[in-house]
Amino acid sequence: MKCPPFEYHRATSVDDAVAALAAAEDSKILAGGQSLVPVLALRLARPTVLVDVNRIPGLDGLDVRDGVLHAGALVRHAALARQALHPLAAAAAASIGHAAIRSRGTLGGSLAHADPAAELPAVLRACDGAVVVAGPDGTRRVGADALFVGALQTDLAEPEMITGVELGVPDAWGFAEFARRHGDFAVVSVAAARFGDRLRVVVGGVAGVPHLLETSAPSGTGALDEVAGALADDVDPSSDLHGSAGHRRALTRELARRALADVITEPAREPT
Amino acid sequence: MRITLTVNGDRHRLDVEPRRTLADALREDLGLTGTHLGCEHGVCGACTVLLDGEPVRACLLFAVQADGCGVDTVEGLATPDGTLHPLQEAFSVCHGLQCGACTPGMLMTAAHLLAVEPSPDRERIRAEMAGNLCRCTGYVGIVDAVASAAGVMAWRPREDHD
Ligand SMILES: Cc1cc2nc3c(=O)[nH]c(=O)nc-3n(C[C@H](O)[C@H](O)[C@H](O)COP(=O)(O)OP(=O)(O)OC[C@H]3O[C@@H](n4cnc5c(N)ncnc54)[C@H](O)[C@@H]3O)c2cc1C
Ligand code: FES
Ligand code: FES
Repeated sequence: MKCPPFEYHRATSVDDAVAALAAAEDSKILAGGQSLVPVLALRLARPTVLVDVNRIPGLDGLDVRDGVLHAGALVRHAALARQALHPLAAAAAASIGHAAIRSRGTLGGSLAHADPAAELPAVLRACDGAVVVAGPDGTRRVGADALFVGALQTDLAEPEMITGVELGVPDAWGFAEFARRHGDFAVVSVAAARFGDRLRVVVGGVAGVPHLLETSAPSGTGALDEVAGALADDVDPSSDLHGSAGHRRALTRELARRALADVITEPAREPT
Repeated sequence: MRITLTVNGDRHRLDVEPRRTLADALREDLGLTGTHLGCEHGVCGACTVLLDGEPVRACLLFAVQADGCGVDTVEGLATPDGTLHPLQEAFSVCHGLQCGACTPGMLMTAAHLLAVEPSPDRERIRAEMAGNLCRCTGYVGIVDAVASAAGVMAWRPREDHD
């Protein structure tokens, strides 16, 4: 379980990182290392150069402007879990792995890794967020719906680096997940965000990319069951070691009910 | 690559290959074999150490990344005269270990937990220790040990335990 040899470049700035990435044939960004290093240890990849972005200054900021959280790519899961500016992101980050994973793992790394069961890609999509990406030809902005292409696949090209993340702060939100043990990757997770009368509900763990259902925010008796039911009908999960397709569909319905409970307000019952 | 590590307060200069993990640098280059390795890919928690006070998997961090940082390992828990840390005492008394493979990681994870949350209940202890796997004890003794050490440490600050 020793990593294959590689050259190490400690980047001093985003430009320096992008130049180092572009200069080598098979280079990779090293951020928190919580997904990349296991891949190297298992020798599932053999990059020639690792570009360590951890010491690039100014990429760990968190601030809200015009209702949007602007977060640096190097914000650690632990810091995201502690902040109060974006409570949905905080709740999701707190559900990632264990303390030792959260103290190293980064927001940019989780989005770039794009694990179908990961929490933060689901939150990015629920909030209709975007990543800011630096590359050899300058910077561009990629929306959540375009970023995730498939399991562990994004729209990013090899010498590109996520530098920042934009997450709209929802008017109401909910988050629920089921994992086999505390801290494990979720079997299914649901993130719900309401912006005005728009509702975005995202399910993680049921497809290669976070699965989105967008509706106008319903209200009224039975709205909760209606959306949860629609979502469970909409997903098309497959079976694996961690759960059958039927189990995942049932989890989608139940977790959606829990996540949506705080988002959909049902009219108060008439006293009987 | 030449790096500097401050381990349990002592500064060390060493020359490491970039792929050398912090765990291997501690064990092989510095002879500090208290930090154990189980899975070597982030799953078991045996290699947990504190990096500038934060818990990290030493098998998922390259030593070159820790250049200039402070590292706390299990060797730093007991006082120099060999007096055990309350957590170590409690693990012994409560049967929180059998083979000891997982113990250094358990101790460092618990040390961090009690530093940020001095009196966690049993459910919190279970949740926070869930990232450390033990194939021997069945965990009950480990939860007992952390709960008991938390009680001792609340009454007996680190400086005057003897
Ligand atoms: C035991 C364990 C449990 C875990 N549990 C969970 C969990 O429950 N939920 C969850 O979501 N995750 C979990 N993780 C994974 C963790 O969240 C990782 O931190 C995350 O997936 C990757 O972030 P990183 O910063 O560690 O990235 P790295 O591992 O450093 O990199 C991952 C990939 O992203 C690329 N990359 C990194 N940063 C950037 C960037 N800024 N721009 C472009 N590309 C970049 C790298 O080149 C690499 O390909 C777990 C990990 C472990 C070891
Ligand atoms: S040896 Fe590091 S987590 Fe298992
Ligand atoms: S005591 Fe043997 S693995 Fe925990």
